[in-house]
Amino acid sequence: MANPNAGPQRLVLLVATRKGLWLLHDEGGRTAWRLDGPHFLGHIVHHAVLDPRDGHTLLVAARTGHLGPTILRSTDLGAHWQEAARPPAFGPAVNGLPARTVDHTFWLAPGHASQPGVWYAGTSPQGLFRSEDGGQTWAPWSSLNDDPDFRTWMGTVQDGTPDGPKLHSILVDPDDPQHIVLGMSGGGVHETRDGGHTFQTLIDGLDVVEGFEPGEPTFHDPHCLRQCPSRPTRLYQQNHCGIYRLDRPATRWERIGRAMPPEVGDVGFPLVVHPRDADVAWVFPMDGTDVWPRTSPGGRPAAYVTRDGGLSWSRQAAGFPAEQAWWTVKRQAMTADREATLGLYLGHSGGELWGSVDEGDHWQCLARHLPAIQAVEAVYAAV
Amino acid sequence: MRVLIPSALQSYTQAAWVEAEGTTVGEVLADLDRQYPGIRFRMVDEQGAVRPHIRLFVNSAQVFRLDAPLAATDRLHIVQALSGG
Repeated sequence: MANPNAGPQRLVLLVATRKGLWLLHDEGGRTAWRLDGPHFLGHIVHHAVLDPRDGHTLLVAARTGHLGPTILRSTDLGAHWQEAARPPAFGPAVNGLPARTVDHTFWLAPGHASQPGVWYAGTSPQGLFRSEDGGQTWAPWSSLNDDPDFRTWMGTVQDGTPDGPKLHSILVDPDDPQHIVLGMSGGGVHETRDGGHTFQTLIDGLDVVEGFEPGEPTFHDPHCLRQCPSRPTRLYQQNHCGIYRLDRPATRWERIGRAMPPEVGDVGFPLVVHPRDADVAWVFPMDGTDVWPRTSPGGRPAAYVTRDGGLSWSRQAAGFPAEQAWWTVKRQAMTADREATLGLYLGHSGGELWGSVDEGDHWQCLARHLPAIQAVEAVYAAV
Repeated sequence: MRVLIPSALQSYTQAAWVEAEGTTVGEVLADLDRQYPGIRFRMVDEQGAVRPHIRLFVNSAQVFRLDAPLAATDRLHIVQALSGG
């Protein structure tokens, strides 16, 4: 998000792909873009995030198919890179639990505005890590990684997403740095209110696949959690089993995806919230029927927007292919900028980046022929 | 001793052949990490296991343990087994 107290800023899209990182620079009014890259060609880039607190520190979670994972860091928008001196790595075996090794860092989250230099990272296998020096060194954080219950809920590679279970959606409450909500695929939604000493499970009201026990965290698969900047007590969630909203202090999620068109359903990966209006959110549905192709339903890509907190949804597909477009948009691959008329951006596994400068009413392709896109972030770099 | 670095790790060393010291494979990798911070973790995980696609050869013989002894005249070849798409 842009820092309203900062000086001049420039909009940049960070496009993380399965074969490297690209930066798309706004060259003026979101009508002209300059593509910069590849950075780290051949690296699997899971996430790239610019620190909104300083507008300079850019962290990239990367690995290759043959080397261990690392975090790469730049303070000049990729002109120069430095590797983390100590990337996220698990500790030795404790509590009688097997020792683990980080396969890749999946999610990066800047810490609270009052804690400059603090970052959080979620990994696969599922772990939670923290840096206090702007991403240069990382350490396992909180009671979560080696808690026997959490280890059970996390499952194994055989239980999780195709390239491993993931800890993601690390939401630091803007009103309280000790309050963090996170998602585990699988393993449910959890929150800490005491800076990671203890966690409470937040799965009440969430559906699970038919035949499984909804009270058991391990059967829950939150795909993407978002907290509304304009109303931090409101959370949205795109889950394996529907779209939900939670207004704290309530603890029961409401399935707002029931209002989606039945022929489209309410399964998907990403969810985007409006930075200034907590009633507005977008999803990008996928086909979750049969063997779960995870492509746009019917081969017709479309975003859906709610402007009333999920009571109703409207289709937004102008500009997208009208047929035979079998896109997969992953949970980190759809985002919004913070302009007065909001811009939306998404990338799909076919290597195209699309954008809208009118809050989803019209879409256009901004870049194509990229590798499979895994994450897109709209950030504001200090200039 | 001389150490051959695979292409995927030459972004650290800027060279295919480098010099490192140690009386075991593990010590040589530790010395490499001192010279080129971060390079060891790309090859060896946090539990001390050589990562799946990394192969280590002393002269022409493959070694599997980090405590494998080395003589000053040995050469260590680090090889990356490529696969996938």
